[in-house]
Amino acid sequence: MAATGAPTKITQGSQTKGGIGESTLRPDGTLKVTGEFAYSSDMWHEDMLWGQILRSTVAHAEIVSIDTGEALAMAGVYAVMTYEDLPTEVRNYGLEIQDTPVLAHGKVRHHGEPVAIVAADHPETARRAAAKIKVEYRELPVITDEASATAPDAILVHEGRDDHHIGHVPHPNIVHRQPIVRGDADAAAARADVIVKGEYYFGMQDQAFLGPESGLAVPSEDGGVELYVATQWLHSDLKQIAPVLGLPEDKVRMTLSGVGGAFGGREDLSMQIHACLLAMRTGKPVKIVYNRFESFFGHVHRHPARLFYEHGATKDGKLTHLKCRIVLDGGAYASASPAVVGNASSLAVGPYVIDDVDIEAIALYSNNPPCGAMRGFGAVQACFAYEAQMDKVAKELGMDPVEFRRINAMEQGTIMPTGQPVDSPAPVAELLRRVKAMPMPPERQWESSEGSDVRQLPGGLSNTTHGEGVVRGIGYAVGIKNVGFSEGFDDYSTAKVRMEVIGGEPVATVHTAMAEVGQGGVTVHAQIARTELGVTQVTIAPADTQVGSAGSTSASRQTYVTGGAVKNACELVREKVLEIGRRKFGSYHPAWATAELLLEGGKVVTDGGEVLGDLVDVLEGEAVEVEEEWRHRPTEPFDLRTGQGNGHVQYSFAAHRAVVEVDTELGLVKVVELACAQDVGKALNPLSVIGQIQGGTTQGLGIAIMEEIVVDPKTAKVRNPSFTDYLLPTILDTPTIPVDVLELADDHAPYGLRGIGEAPTLSSTPAVLAAIRNATGLALDRTPVRPEHLTGTA
Amino acid sequence: MRVNFTVNGRPQEADDVWEGESLLYVLRERMGLPGSKNACEQGECGSCTVRLDGVPVCSCLVAAGQAQGREVVTVEGLAEFAKDRAEGCATGACGSAAGKGTTLDQAKRWQAGGTDSQTGEGTELAPIQQAFIDAGAVQCGFCTPGLLVAADEMLERNPNPSDADIREALSGNLCRCTGYEKIMDAVRLAAARQSEGV
Repeated sequence: MAATGAPTKITQGSQTKGGIGESTLRPDGTLKVTGEFAYSSDMWHEDMLWGQILRSTVAHAEIVSIDTGEALAMAGVYAVMTYEDLPTEVRNYGLEIQDTPVLAHGKVRHHGEPVAIVAADHPETARRAAAKIKVEYRELPVITDEASATAPDAILVHEGRDDHHIGHVPHPNIVHRQPIVRGDADAAAARADVIVKGEYYFGMQDQAFLGPESGLAVPSEDGGVELYVATQWLHSDLKQIAPVLGLPEDKVRMTLSGVGGAFGGREDLSMQIHACLLAMRTGKPVKIVYNRFESFFGHVHRHPARLFYEHGATKDGKLTHLKCRIVLDGGAYASASPAVVGNASSLAVGPYVIDDVDIEAIALYSNNPPCGAMRGFGAVQACFAYEAQMDKVAKELGMDPVEFRRINAMEQGTIMPTGQPVDSPAPVAELLRRVKAMPMPPERQWESSEGSDVRQLPGGLSNTTHGEGVVRGIGYAVGIKNVGFSEGFDDYSTAKVRMEVIGGEPVATVHTAMAEVGQGGVTVHAQIARTELGVTQVTIAPADTQVGSAGSTSASRQTYVTGGAVKNACELVREKVLEIGRRKFGSYHPAWATAELLLEGGKVVTDGGEVLGDLVDVLEGEAVEVEEEWRHRPTEPFDLRTGQGNGHVQYSFAAHRAVVEVDTELGLVKVVELACAQDVGKALNPLSVIGQIQGGTTQGLGIAIMEEIVVDPKTAKVRNPSFTDYLLPTILDTPTIPVDVLELADDHAPYGLRGIGEAPTLSSTPAVLAAIRNATGLALDRTPVRPEHLTGTA
Repeated sequence: MRVNFTVNGRPQEADDVWEGESLLYVLRERMGLPGSKNACEQGECGSCTVRLDGVPVCSCLVAAGQAQGREVVTVEGLAEFAKDRAEGCATGACGSAAGKGTTLDQAKRWQAGGTDSQTGEGTELAPIQQAFIDAGAVQCGFCTPGLLVAADEMLERNPNPSDADIREALSGNLCRCTGYEKIMDAVRLAAARQSEGV
């Protein structure tokens, strides 16, 4: 029998044109509000077993022995597997560097590393069996920062590295190093009237997607496996899974289950291989669902970073130079660290014109939790630091911080420190102007005729103040993010579009492998098909590996790249439809041969608006289908010594203004409003665009005042793996987020659109920090800010 | 052990329930009702919120045995539950709207322009469910079932809530995608439609 909860196609009609630019509603909306939408953790199969992972209790140790005997003897346990049971010689995986063991081999390198896996007939049985596995560790010293990673006697986190970065890094405990050098920073520094230095620390953030890592693996009769899973990129998973299982890729059939958010945390594998291994070993379907505790160990996090910045400026407010060093902690395995380094270095300057720069970014190997992709990807850490610097330099010059930014703002035509010209709109000054012009929230907004509403005050219902000791502050920030995969990566997507008559109506079917993780890609695909093919009914087929790769749902790229692929496939379908029309009806009207023809409102029309025929008649007895890859402009790698190269596809900009109220006695912060202005190129779906901006903004707020995975520097163990101790913004912590959307087309992109998902996560954090500094007068060089940092009791 | 309770108006029975199983687990894995979600299973996120004898609870923190003989409403039964309540309200049993909330005209700015049909078109929805769709309050949707149950219960108690009331009532429900703005819009929209009888 089939798995329960396998995704089905969704057909959406529209009573309006329902094309691009409209706020059409999600095709999966009804399913999601009725509880019928099946997420990966909802998958179910008769006779299925539950998988459980045993994880290391220490961060760095040799494994002396593993005894699985007692676990295997338990009633209800079907399999226990360790490294020794892996089926092939390929026993590691990884996004770029295959350094991550499927199960620990002789050594564990971080707290929570998978050591053994169990399949049992009940999740509690599986958990208890895992607890019966005896692992003897011989602990090793832990590497937790740059000093311990590069000390003369430092243990190597990975012995015998042979990846393509080892040749250019200064130490084997450094994953990747990217310098960016342009002009002469030392000479330029000599021209500066003021020089401002800063050292900043950015804490480790968790993606905290709500849908836990989960999925169902079903063994198939041909010896392969069907895998239903929540991921960001099916084909990348497939490339990593198949070799470890010893299967050709066509025997690992992957289907995207419902995804409960991602934010970068599903770019790496989690339970995929483990579920497949247990299913193949037992011959039964195996479901794995992490609980929240395990989820904190089961995916990579945002890199914590130390950032050293030096800016100079002349008295008239022109930046002279930047010297900058960014140290990212990649943790025990490489994950996306090399690409994060590329972003951090190439965007370290921010959206400003500085001709003379000396930048270096590195990522460490350490025994801290592995870090990789999260919304903003290297650009977030840099933005926090350079925006703090902008305020400091402005203050040193006695200038208004927004005016100072305006003077130095980049624009179309600016040359990046990588030598890449910015060849589409870069309205940095305009975004700042707009966000500053938005109306301010009223002062003392907690007061009403009925007295103080403590819910509007710092501390809220804790009733810690009625307004005494509360000071308002205002802060601004702006950021720059790249869109798409950079540095020469072949960043393509594939779309299959079919057009036929069903039930007397033309229907377009769009099939891609794009991971819908909540962003609304499926909504946009239906809109594009309507705009290009003149239909109202669009069917979205489930995402799977039966169609070519869509690339990752990350880097703000899916509307651009898979949207571009859908548009392209639709255009090719349209050509074929018109060929059929010419063949069938060309003799009836000369315009079939001579005019520019469009598909609109279910008809073939000339660009002058004359109707030549019904799509139903043209397509009668015919179905048109096209599957085609689509690519944006190629990029180049950055030179390993100078960082020069046209490395990025597109840039994306957002600006924020934060208004905060701080209880200066208790160090409690209430963010009153977090206004955003962003250029989106073209809003394909304005409702979804605003939703993305508000969501990204809130994740930035979380970094500013709440969210941090606390790792014990002595043991490298995670101290707060729960939603009790890792604090996410609730609806009480989150303010109103007014959004001003600017649409300046990028002529290189489909419909002129700009990837939007990440930019708001950049500038939100430094705007809140700036506002708290403005309220308190404190320097605040780390994020998140905690009460003790504001009361002087840290 | 065997557990019997009513779910969405229908008697349900589960056998061989291990004593440590939560109500959430029994709903999801034994009764085929996975609409209530398992985001944290530690009572912090609200994604598993159901009504237990009318009271919103985190079903992950309720042992299945504690539900014995009681009435549970989940997101799968929310539309019917709201419909039954509305029919009861037609008799004048429910409170009237007054004062501090949002008017329908004000709330209409949160209503999206689109009038698309959906998969499941013709499905009768509770006002709060329709408002979540119309206002764009659903992204990944994992928090949605719990928020819907919690918001519906708040509107039952307080048909015309202020923004601060909405925030207070929904403060136990985490959402990671939306930044809550469109959830606020959806609840205001549902309240306004309800109070003006739309």
